[in-house]
Order: sequence, then structure tokens, then C-alpha cells
Amino acid sequence: MRRLALALAGLLSFAAPALAAEGGPALPAQSWSFNGFFGTYDRAALQRGFQVYREVCASCHGLRHVAYRNLTALGYSMDQVRAIAATIEVPTLNDAGETVNRPGLPADRFRTPFANPLAARAANNGALPPDLSLMTKARAGGADYVYALLTGYTNPPAGVQLMEGMNYNTYFPGHQIAMAPPLNADQVQYGDGTRATVQQMARDVSTFLTWAAEPELEARHRMGVQVFLFLILLTGVLYAVKRKVWADQH
Amino acid sequence: MAHAPDIKPPAYLSKPAIRWIEHRLPLLSTVDQFVGTQYPAPRNLNYWWNFGSIAGFMLVVMIATGVFLAMNYQPSTAEAFNSVERIMRDVNYGWLIRYIHMNGASMFFLAVYIHIFRGMYYGSYKAPREILWWLGIVILILMMATAFMGYVLPWGQMSYWGATVITNLFSAIPLVGDSIVTLLWGGFSVDNPTLNRFYALHFLLPFVIVAVVFLHIVALHQHGSNNPLGIDAKGPQDKIPFHPYYTVKDLFGLAAFMLFYAYFIFFNPNILGHPDNYIPADPLVTPPHIVPEWYFLPFYAMLRAITFDILFIEAKLGGVIAMFGSLLILFALPWLDTSRVRSGKFRPRFKIFFWIFVADCIMLGWVGANPPEPPYTVYGLLGTAYYFAYFLVILPLLGWFERPKALPKSIAEPVLGGGALAGAKTMEKA
Repeated sequence: MRRLALALAGLLSFAAPALAAEGGPALPAQSWSFNGFFGTYDRAALQRGFQVYREVCASCHGLRHVAYRNLTALGYSMDQVRAIAATIEVPTLNDAGETVNRPGLPADRFRTPFANPLAARAANNGALPPDLSLMTKARAGGADYVYALLTGYTNPPAGVQLMEGMNYNTYFPGHQIAMAPPLNADQVQYGDGTRATVQQMARDVSTFLTWAAEPELEARHRMGVQVFLFLILLTGVLYAVKRKVWADQH
Repeated sequence: MAHAPDIKPPAYLSKPAIRWIEHRLPLLSTVDQFVGTQYPAPRNLNYWWNFGSIAGFMLVVMIATGVFLAMNYQPSTAEAFNSVERIMRDVNYGWLIRYIHMNGASMFFLAVYIHIFRGMYYGSYKAPREILWWLGIVILILMMATAFMGYVLPWGQMSYWGATVITNLFSAIPLVGDSIVTLLWGGFSVDNPTLNRFYALHFLLPFVIVAVVFLHIVALHQHGSNNPLGIDAKGPQDKIPFHPYYTVKDLFGLAAFMLFYAYFIFFNPNILGHPDNYIPADPLVTPPHIVPEWYFLPFYAMLRAITFDILFIEAKLGGVIAMFGSLLILFALPWLDTSRVRSGKFRPRFKIFFWIFVADCIMLGWVGANPPEPPYTVYGLLGTAYYFAYFLVILPLLGWFERPKALPKSIAEPVLGGGALAGAKTMEKA
């Protein structure tokens, strides 16, 4: 039966790896401030997470759908955003048509660390560090997955032979991940005095990446609660009207 | 058509200005006859009858939001994914419009599936409503084509690979299959021309659906709605005007449905989709597990259930025949069901097989969501066998062997207790 299923999968151009186990170990569910009907982002966690992204992740991972101007949502002032944007250089053309660099502006999108995927692979042992703009939406489990992955590095269990340059991660599909453990304790110096443990940094950057993927989340939740209240009222009123109209038919 | 005592000539016709217009363009009276005071409906329709108008509402929602998405969407392989993200992030309330549209597809299918199961339970497809039923199936098939092409537009991984898998199905057709696939693609793989034509068709087909929905309603009005008892109206006491009775009942149901819909839009907008579609399409990386949207899963399970050659029919073609056959067989349903009793309410045996059929469709959906390996392949095959046996064996035989319960004399009888209409107004409120 299995061979038949495989043959069919091949015939229909389905991916043969469809048969590979998709689910790894269950992701531990974290408690996030943005969960639930009234969930909002923790601004302090967002800023710390942004710091982790900027000082650690950004050396390999882009954030191409996010613009510097969006950072005002993290609680930064426009001046602070201008200063952050100005730290990068953006290629542009001068009046003579030559390529020159100008300082970044709030309107610029986050700079991607590599010029193109080939350059990214060449610099990373053949692996392609994915863009992180939509990471929490692009993986089952969202922020829980990102947190589990960042804290899920262990030594390989006995009998598991890692491929050249690979690392063992409990939560990565197939367990062999090209990314070396990215977070080490006290790797960043948090401005607010929070201790930068691996768990703390993983939590903060997961929060930041959830915001990067779903910047509309707070507005969505707020509007959703209003829409719910309105619709509950409307449904109730329409039910009463229905009862009244049908009163002579029952 | 027997007119109920509640149906009076409309008051607006006494106004000279309106009469002048109506004499030249009978707009008001047409609407009034379609969904207004002049349309007599059975007095006993239950809440399962709400889903037709809910489906109609969803069609309008999809077209309205779709137009605004189209204003900001770029149908090119280079920019499609980015333009969707621009809608999500930079277009004012773009996230709202897109989430309404995205989840709206699911709600539309949900409403239509309930509507279809309702028709199957109460025998709404039986004479004289066969063409009404056919038009409904045509709408379903058009919806499926539209939804499939719409899912390709964001150009994520599932968009691309879903399009590849489904268009490749046509290559199973003997002799001309490969040429058809090339024609569908506009080239030799799913690429920019494919995306462009899918976009054009995704915009066009909803308006074709509107036209067929119009025909569906015209056909409906010829004999009026079926009803939970499945018996014809015997006289005016069996009917009430559509407005205000069913307009208000439909509105109440619609508001409750919107509450359910709003949960997905605002609090769980991506639960019905696949995370892989937030990864840009990459022709070089096949996702580990290609699955369609939930509303296609039962059909996907039947496609994958046939894993063996049947005589000269290869397994792949067999799967394609099973999948398309599962839809086409619905056209023959009015003749496959040989029972003269419409409503399942009076068919004790039919009821059991019907609910097994519903459970079978849900099980096939579950099979379709899982990889094509044992034990799912076994369940898929059994589920497919029951699906077809229900239409080809069970329904034809049941009509002969089943003893239906006695039918009530009229619609008003069980509703009003003896057809005493005069007493209706004084009767206790439900």
C-alpha cells in the first residue's frame, strides 16, 4: 500500500517528502501578551526584541517587508527612528548617474544583509537564511515555534550523525539546522536592565518578530472586540424583531 | 401559485409617481415578487433554509472586497507576494479587506455546503426542482474554480505548488492531456502567464456566478421553496409572504453567522490557511506536504484514494475520474433517488444513510489533510467507496425497499395543529 501511495504521489507530482514526518515534538505553548481577544504587544519586549534582531539576527536575516518608519509602533519617537534609519547606507544615483550611498531614511525598508540569495548561500555554507518579516506566520505554531527553535539546541542524541556544519535542534523539522545556536547568555546589553538570558532574548525576539509579521494585530483585536459587541447587540435585536414579526404565525 | 391570505396587492402601486415608473420599468414589483411581500413561501421553513441567503450575502462580500484588493494587487510573479504584503501593511485597512476576503472564501463554502446538505436531506432536488438543483451544482463548480485560482494569486508556496498539482491533473486525460496542461499554463510550467490568466479569470468568474445565481433564483421561484415536510402547498394557508417573515428570519440568521465569521477575521485570521503560503513561491523547493484549502480536502482525498490501475485506466486517471465524478454524479441525483417522498423526515432508513454520508464527507476531509500513506489511504478508499455507493446503490435501492412514514395532509396541519388558521393569531407564542 505504501508503495502504491508513493507511486501515486510521484505520478501526481506530489512531493515525495510528503511522506516524511512533518510534526516534530509538540511545541510548548508559551503565554504571550498578544494572545487572546484583548492581546496587545508589550512595548518593552518589542524594543528589547528589536535590539536582539538588530545586534544578532540582522547579520544574516533580512526583514524586507518592514520599514524603519514602522518602528514608531514600538514606542520610538520619530527622531529615534530617523537615527536608527541613518545607521544604514542605501545605494542611490547621484545627478551624474553614478551609484552612491546615502544614509537611510524612515521610509526605507530594512536593509537585507546580503545582495542576493546566492551571496547569502555563499556566506553561509550553502544555507539560505530566510527573511524574517513573516516568520511567525509562515511556521505552524508561530511565536511558540520561534521561541522553541531558539531555545531548542541540544547535543544530538546518541546514534544521530550530524551532517557537516549542521547543528542539532529539537524543534527543527528533521532536527538538523544549518544555523548555529544564535543566542548566548549576555550577548546583548539591555538598556532597561533586564538580564539577557537565552530564554529572555528568545522571548523578546519572538515578540518582535510577531509584531513584524502582524503589525496590525492590536488594531485588529480592538476592532474585533467592537465588531463583536455590535454584532451581539444586532443579533439580539434582530431575534427580538423576528419573534415579534412571527408572533402571529405560531 | 396559490396566494396566502396575508398577501395583499402592494400599497406602493396606489402612488401615481410609482405607478408611472412601474408601468415602464417594473423594478419595485420585480423585487417585491422575488424577495418581498408578493413572494409566497412555505410557512414552515426552518433555520437550515437560512444558508441560501447567507451564501448570496457571501458572494456579494467576496466581490466587494475583491474589487478593492484588485486595485492594489500586482499579478506578476515578481511582485504578487510583495503586493499582498503591501496591502496587509500599507494600504489603509488593507489587512481588514484581505482577511474578510480570505476567510470569506471559507465562509462561502461553509454556507454552500450546509445549503447542499440541507437540499439533500429534504429532497429539494426532486421534481419539479431538478434544474434548480443543476444550477446549484454549476454554481458550486464555478466557485471551486474561482477559489482555486484565487488561492494562487498571493503566489506563496502553497499557491504555486497547489496550482502545479491541480493543473497537472489534466495531464491524466488520454492523448490531449499534456496539450491541455500547456494551454492552461500558457507555457511549460506554472509561471507568469499562468498567474496572469488566473487573475483575469478570478475576476471574471464571480460575475458568471452572479448570473447563474440569478437563474437559480428564477428556477426557485417557479415552484417556490421546498420545505422540511417535503410536501407541496395545498392552499393559501400553507404559505406566508417572504417579506417580512423570511427577510427578518434571514437577517437574524445572517447576523449570527457574521458573528461566527468575525471571529476568524479578527481573532484567528490564518487558522484556516496554511503557514507555507506566507513563504514566497519557490519553484525549486517543494513543500513537504502539499494540501489544498479545507473546502477541497474531501475531493483531494478521493483524488488520492485510487492508487491502483483499473483495467486500462491508470491510477492517476482513476483518481481524477473519482474526483470530478464525485461532483458530476450530483447532476444525476434527482433520478438516482427513487423515493417518491421528498423529505428525509419521513424516511427512517434514508436518515441513517444520509448522516453516514455527511460523516463520510467529513472523514474524507480529514483523510485529505493527512499524508497519502496507511492508514489514511485505506480510509480514503473506503470513504470514496461509500460516497459513490450512496448515490449509485443506496439511494436507488432505498426508494424501493424503504417504507416511508405517513405524510401529513398539508403544511399547515402539523404547524398550526389541524389547519385552524383563524386561530393562529391567538395561539400561544413559541
